[in-house]
Amino acid sequence: MDYSKVLSKNVVALQPSGIRKFFDLLDNMQDVIALTVGQPDFVTPWHIREAAIESLEKGKTYYTSNLGLMELRTEIANYMKRRFSLSYNPANEVVVTVGGSEAIDLAIRALINPGDEVIVPIPSFVCYDPLVHMAGGVPVIVPTHEKDNFKLTAETLKAAITPRTKLLVLPFPNNPTGAVLDRNDLEAIADVLRSTDIMVLSDEIYAELTYGAKHISIASLDGMRERTIIVSGFSKAYAMTGWRLGYTLAPAEVTQQMFKIHQYGIMCAPTTSQYAAIEALKNGDEDIEFMTDEYNRRRRYIVNGLQSIGVECFEPLGAFYVFPNIGKFGMSSEEFCERLLYEHKLAIVPGTAFGASGEGFARISYAYSIKHITAALEKMEAFIKKIK
Amino acid sequence: MNDSEKILKLLENDSTLTAEQLAAMCEKEVGDIKDMIEKYEKDGVILGYKTIIDWDKTDREYVSALIELKVAPQRDRGFDRVAEKIYNYPEVQSVYLMSGSFDLTVILEGRTMKEVAYFVAQKLAPMEFIVSTATHFVLRKYKDKGVIYGSTEVDERGNYC
Repeated sequence: MDYSKVLSKNVVALQPSGIRKFFDLLDNMQDVIALTVGQPDFVTPWHIREAAIESLEKGKTYYTSNLGLMELRTEIANYMKRRFSLSYNPANEVVVTVGGSEAIDLAIRALINPGDEVIVPIPSFVCYDPLVHMAGGVPVIVPTHEKDNFKLTAETLKAAITPRTKLLVLPFPNNPTGAVLDRNDLEAIADVLRSTDIMVLSDEIYAELTYGAKHISIASLDGMRERTIIVSGFSKAYAMTGWRLGYTLAPAEVTQQMFKIHQYGIMCAPTTSQYAAIEALKNGDEDIEFMTDEYNRRRRYIVNGLQSIGVECFEPLGAFYVFPNIGKFGMSSEEFCERLLYEHKLAIVPGTAFGASGEGFARISYAYSIKHITAALEKMEAFIKKIK
Repeated sequence: MNDSEKILKLLENDSTLTAEQLAAMCEKEVGDIKDMIEKYEKDGVILGYKTIIDWDKTDREYVSALIELKVAPQRDRGFDRVAEKIYNYPEVQSVYLMSGSFDLTVILEGRTMKEVAYFVAQKLAPMEFIVSTATHFVLRKYKDKGVIYGSTEVDERGNYC
């Protein structure tokens, strides 16, 4: 069989993600200390796991409504109201998805016609660009910069807009930089968008993990709810990555379209996970506080540790990553990270895995114990001393 | 929880944290942390630093028991005098005054069951004001001081995103 004739050209043209390439190197090595993982090191809180077990004991093993259990959608709406002052109708403005990733895909596919432009700030999570391609859209890559604390500025946004711009991806709090947008930043962006028909895909998966002010959703600004699709999920806030559960929040007209894609492609999110999520939303606020406190201590510890060994690092105020500037050491991000891996058995991710403008930086995850981080910092220090 | 309670909580979970580490984690001055710890030690808030060891994984012979004691309280002294006499024995790990159907819980450690049984029969039971004893041997520890026994930390998280 000549597969080049049968495979989708669109899919074949997709590049494997840069982060995957680096992880493949890592998988072949022994005794490496890694600060690479993009998921919490906490196990899902026991009361949440217990709720899932109970649902299985009671035989809740059927499909749920396509949109997700009504009780869960109601709890999601309550949660958004409680924590971010946003109102969504659980009947027709919420879709429960298989993780935040499906939610991103739904949002993009529901909006994009062939040739539509989608503004994607980088460095950012690796999925936006390929998903836009798959939907026939054109990603317009917009770098953010350290001098702006890796925020998307209104000026940069304005410069990227053309008559074909359909959607802005707004991934804050940001993976990999840890950047957040405050109210002023969001107001400036909203000012640019209000007079247009451009929609916003606000990826708020890290909304609970902020270390200064509380996260503000762009949808809560005047006139923005109608043009925003919020995607979020349970993975980061409740340490529930393996449960694969996320959701979209959007005006009914948009939700209606995302619903169709979800219905035909997925049917419904896993039932057991949905029952766990109800418990998380009802009784999990304290878990969030506990985990955020813990991440915050590690964040301060690692930023302080990096600075004390001469690695400059902008202060990340969200997610669980630091994005130090390694440009001054005179090698590319990839070379820096590969040498660190091979010579000192310490793994961090080259910034370029998250877009070309990540050159000169590396992503370090602090979803690890203090002991682990301490051991990693010692290795890093040894490397820095050697190459200085 | 205020800042100093948080620092106590951190030390309760991991007493190997240094003042420098605590300072970085809590955005405090190292000197302030040292002063705080010193004061807590002086005031008896921090009473000691111990290590949790699973002796079952060593060759050391070891057994522990929980003993329920019924005690006749003494005029003006209540249970304090008896408790004091008991906790002075080095074999005694813990002594708690309890509510409910008995008065003192004593946790004992010994090399063998026989050794523990002798201690109860010869030292505790004959003691003045002690009305009765009931000895329960610990067969297996699953969790102690918040630490689960037998589990070693393996990072099962893969690199996927």
